[in-house]
Amino acid sequence: MAPAGGRPMDVINYILRRVLTSVVLMIIISMVTFGVFFMVPKLAGTNPAELYVGKQATPADVAATARKLGLDQPVTVQYARFVKGLVAGRDFDDGPNKTHCDAPCFGYSFRNDRPVWPLLLDRLPVTISLAIGAAIIWLIGGVLAGVISALRRGGALDRTVMVLALAGVSLPIYFTGLLAQLVFVHTLHWLPGGEYVNFADDPAGWAGKLFLGWVTLALLYAATYARLTRAQMLETVGEDYIRTARAKGLRERTVIAKHVMRSVLTPIVTIFGLDIGSLLGGAILTESVFGLPGIGRLSIDAVNTKDLPVVLGVTLFGALFIVLANFIVDLLYAVIDPRVRLG
Amino acid sequence: MKGAHMSSTNSFTTTDPVPGPRRGPDPTAFLDVRDLRIHFPTDDGLVKAVDGISFTLERGRTLGIVGESGSGKSVTSLGILGLHQREHARVGGEVWLDGEELISASPERVRQLRGQRMAMIFQDPLTAMHPYFTVGAQIVEAYRVHHRVSKAVARKRAVDLLGRVGIPQPAKRVDDYPHQFSGGMRQRAMIAMALVNNPDLLIADEPTTALDVTVQAQILDLIRDLQEEFGSAVLMITHDLGVVAELADDILVMYGGRCVEEGSAQTLFRRPEHPYAWGLLGSMPRVDRENRDRLIPIKGTPPSLINLPSGCAFHPRCPYQGRDGIPCRTEVPSLAQGSDHGVACHIAPAERRRIFAEDIAPAL
Ligand SMILES: Nc1ncnc2c1ncn2[C@@H]1O[C@H](COP(=O)(O)OP(=O)(O)OP(=O)(O)O)[C@@H](O)[C@H]1O
Ligand code: SF4
Ligand SMILES: [Mg+2]
Repeated sequence: MAPAGGRPMDVINYILRRVLTSVVLMIIISMVTFGVFFMVPKLAGTNPAELYVGKQATPADVAATARKLGLDQPVTVQYARFVKGLVAGRDFDDGPNKTHCDAPCFGYSFRNDRPVWPLLLDRLPVTISLAIGAAIIWLIGGVLAGVISALRRGGALDRTVMVLALAGVSLPIYFTGLLAQLVFVHTLHWLPGGEYVNFADDPAGWAGKLFLGWVTLALLYAATYARLTRAQMLETVGEDYIRTARAKGLRERTVIAKHVMRSVLTPIVTIFGLDIGSLLGGAILTESVFGLPGIGRLSIDAVNTKDLPVVLGVTLFGALFIVLANFIVDLLYAVIDPRVRLG
Repeated sequence: MKGAHMSSTNSFTTTDPVPGPRRGPDPTAFLDVRDLRIHFPTDDGLVKAVDGISFTLERGRTLGIVGESGSGKSVTSLGILGLHQREHARVGGEVWLDGEELISASPERVRQLRGQRMAMIFQDPLTAMHPYFTVGAQIVEAYRVHHRVSKAVARKRAVDLLGRVGIPQPAKRVDDYPHQFSGGMRQRAMIAMALVNNPDLLIADEPTTALDVTVQAQILDLIRDLQEEFGSAVLMITHDLGVVAELADDILVMYGGRCVEEGSAQTLFRRPEHPYAWGLLGSMPRVDRENRDRLIPIKGTPPSLINLPSGCAFHPRCPYQGRDGIPCRTEVPSLAQGSDHGVACHIAPAERRRIFAEDIAPAL
């Protein structure tokens, strides 16, 4: 007989195990990322310090910068300093002009003359606004479309939804985004153009500016959700336990809304968490199409200006985001699927 | 013929003067199934899963339906409960439950009866319970569909029933999920769920196939005890003649969606007359059998339900096919009443009894 799955000790054990896996995973990712960023300039045959100074810098400037940033040290030392900076903050030392970087120090952007972390924090609200709005739209829209499709299987509505879903996954954000902007902002003038505004300053303007971004980004994901929901529903409807639910004399809508949807929900939650984690990629494109000053834009600008610390910071931050989302999904999964806790 | 079990199968005889379903409900019968036909149109053709099955069943009695895999047993039981989807299945004939006809009744009416007056125990207790709801929640739900009571009252009832079906510490186990129960426990919980509304008709579709032998016996005992206690009519579906031999008052043997032999359990067990029933008996392990390794499986495979063999559907597998010029390949034998039970076979009744007594019985 299996032990009771809901016991507090089991749950705590489970959570601890997941925390440990996440931390180990994060360490490995940070090492690999750091290593890659260490190697890239080397492979390109440039002194990484050259990336931090202007074009007309003298070799002496480059050497000084290298020393200040510790770029002349072996990769292991650099990594150790980086980790120390994350945990406790660090100083970039160049004799008299000492630059301090508070924990968590993701590096220091000399182009912006600011530590990377506050740069990220500045941009985070925009990206989160975009991501959450899009996630709500695609989750509700996708699942609803999938349910309707499954209930009307083979009908005209089902076929329409599935064709739209196919279009949704296959059309690139650049296409849908620019088209939507052309139609709704520049032709119909239904939505405002111009700069991004904060939610606190002008909620309507904020929503208006984000709206197309939400929809465009949601479209990319909603399609997957519609197809997954549909497939999952059609599979679940054939399960023995659904027949049991009917045999109890439950109304058909209870059978669908409670018994079928409960099973459909499980994989949806999983993929939702993973998608939220990897959303940054989609957000980068969307932000650049709609001119939203989020983390995505920050990273594109950083790549263009060869602002290596920012690129490294964004990459690690994105990885952290994914690992965190995975962790939350695992926890949610244990709540949703009672069989998981035993594993 | 009224009052006798399975009397209505007489409507199959070709000499019957009034064709088809035509009488009012048999006032003495609690469950009266008449000429039930369940066909599935598929891409490959029309699957005639059940093709004219009739029987009656009283409260407090048990009818066993026996047949190989694919003979239409589950389809029959789901048909009685009205669980076939109208888009996928063509259901014909009549099912009278306590004087009310269900095939022509509204889906809503049948839903109200389902779980309330007629309930079902399914074959595989692992897949038949929802993995994401606790056992208690599933029983509570089954009770509350048909009773306007609070969750607390329903929960008390669930705990009570779990105890009655032999689950230890029911007040604690009620909050477990199905996967935390062993197979036998799960089947007990299924039984508790089926009995929660005191149904008059309990259909058990191979309730023990997924369980090991000792647990099988316990579950069968439990069903028998509960039947005595609740006085329900039980339809016991199985491919194991041994199960029905113990439990059933009457037995109906199905082959290819039709009934080939029916009668009291005693008669069918002691003096079966259909060659297919002989085959079933010969392929069944028996405790009282002298020579246990002489199990003889019925040769050949179950028939296609899309293209049922002509005449007697059993003829491709029957060792007596065509003997003495009987028209096995061309004429469907009717389920004629023999001396004490119904047999659908062209061999003359006296000859069948002789073959059984002289050739079959000694070898069993
Ligand atoms: N929805 C359906 N559509 C098409 N064919 C079906 C459907 N349901 C059942 N059948 C067919 O009907 C036949 C009888 O199935 P049924 O489940 O009643 O057999 P059974 O006697 O219960 O067998 P088992 O002992 O394996 O449970 C099978 O051949 C099956 O494939
Ligand atoms: S009718 Fe013919 S084929 Fe069918 S069981 Fe009797 S002897 Fe065998
Ligand atoms: Mg079956």
